[in-house]
Amino acid sequence: MNLRRDVFQAIADPTRRAILLLLASQSMTAGAIASNFDTARPTVSKHLQILTTCELLKQEHNGREVYYHFNAAKMKEVAEFLEPFRKLWDDRFNKLEQIMKSEKF
Amino acid sequence: MELKTRLTADEGRQDLWISREFDLPLPLLFMAYKKPEIIEQWMGTKVLTFEPERLGHYEFETTDPMGNKHIFCGTIHEFEPNHKITRTFEMVNTSFPVQLEFLLFEQLTPETSRLSMHIVFKSEADRNNLLKLPFAQGINGAHNRIQEIVNRLKQQNHE
Repeated sequence: MNLRRDVFQAIADPTRRAILLLLASQSMTAGAIASNFDTARPTVSKHLQILTTCELLKQEHNGREVYYHFNAAKMKEVAEFLEPFRKLWDDRFNKLEQIMKSEKF
Repeated sequence: MELKTRLTADEGRQDLWISREFDLPLPLLFMAYKKPEIIEQWMGTKVLTFEPERLGHYEFETTDPMGNKHIFCGTIHEFEPNHKITRTFEMVNTSFPVQLEFLLFEQLTPETSRLSMHIVFKSEADRNNLLKLPFAQGINGAHNRIQEIVNRLKQQNHE
C-alpha cells in the first residue's frame, strides 16, 4: 500500500477534511464526530477508518470510549502537504474555468 | 488526472507561488476576480464587502459543513483590470498572521491566459503552518460539494 498517496487521497475528500478540521482543536468520540454531520453514522465511521489507516487520526482508549485525535506529525514534511494544497487550488481554478466557460457575458 | 496548477514553496523562504494557465481569454479570467457574484460561485463564499479599488477593502464569509461562519478580509492596494491585484489577506479569529498577495494576470493567446499568485508570509513557519491546513483552506469551496454528497447519501438511504 502506498501510504504517501493515501494521505493525499484521504485529504482530497471534503467530508474527511471537515473531520480533520473538527479534530484539529479537540479529541472526540466517533459518536460526537458523527453528530456534527448530517450524514449516516456508518458513512462517518468509514471516513474515520480511512483517516486512521493512513495515520492522520490516532485512536485513544479511555475506559469504554474511543477518542480520535488529529496526528499533526503526519503532515510535517513540506513535500507531504504541498500536494493536497495544490489539489485544492486546482479544484478551485477548475471551477472558475468551468463557470466562466458556461456563462454568457 | 494531471493537475494544471503549479505550486512552488522553496525551503528556507517565506513565500509561495501558485500559477495556472486557463482556457479562457484574459478579460474573462479577470472578470472572475472582479464580479462579486462570480467570486461567490467559484470561491464558495459569501461576499460581504468588495471595493475593487486602491485602498478599498473586501470581506468574505464562509460557512463550514458544521455551520460555523468564518470571515476572511483584507485591503486592496492595487487593482488594475486585466493586469494585477495586490492585496492583503487575513483569516479573522485565527492565529495566522496577515499575508500579502500579488496576483498577476497575463494573456497567452487571445483564447488563453495565465494567473500567477505570489503570496508572502510573515515567516517560513507561518507559511508552512498554513500549508499544513489544506482542509481549512479547501473547506470553503468544499462546502457546496459536501452538501451535494450529503443530499445524495440521504437519497440513497431513502431508497
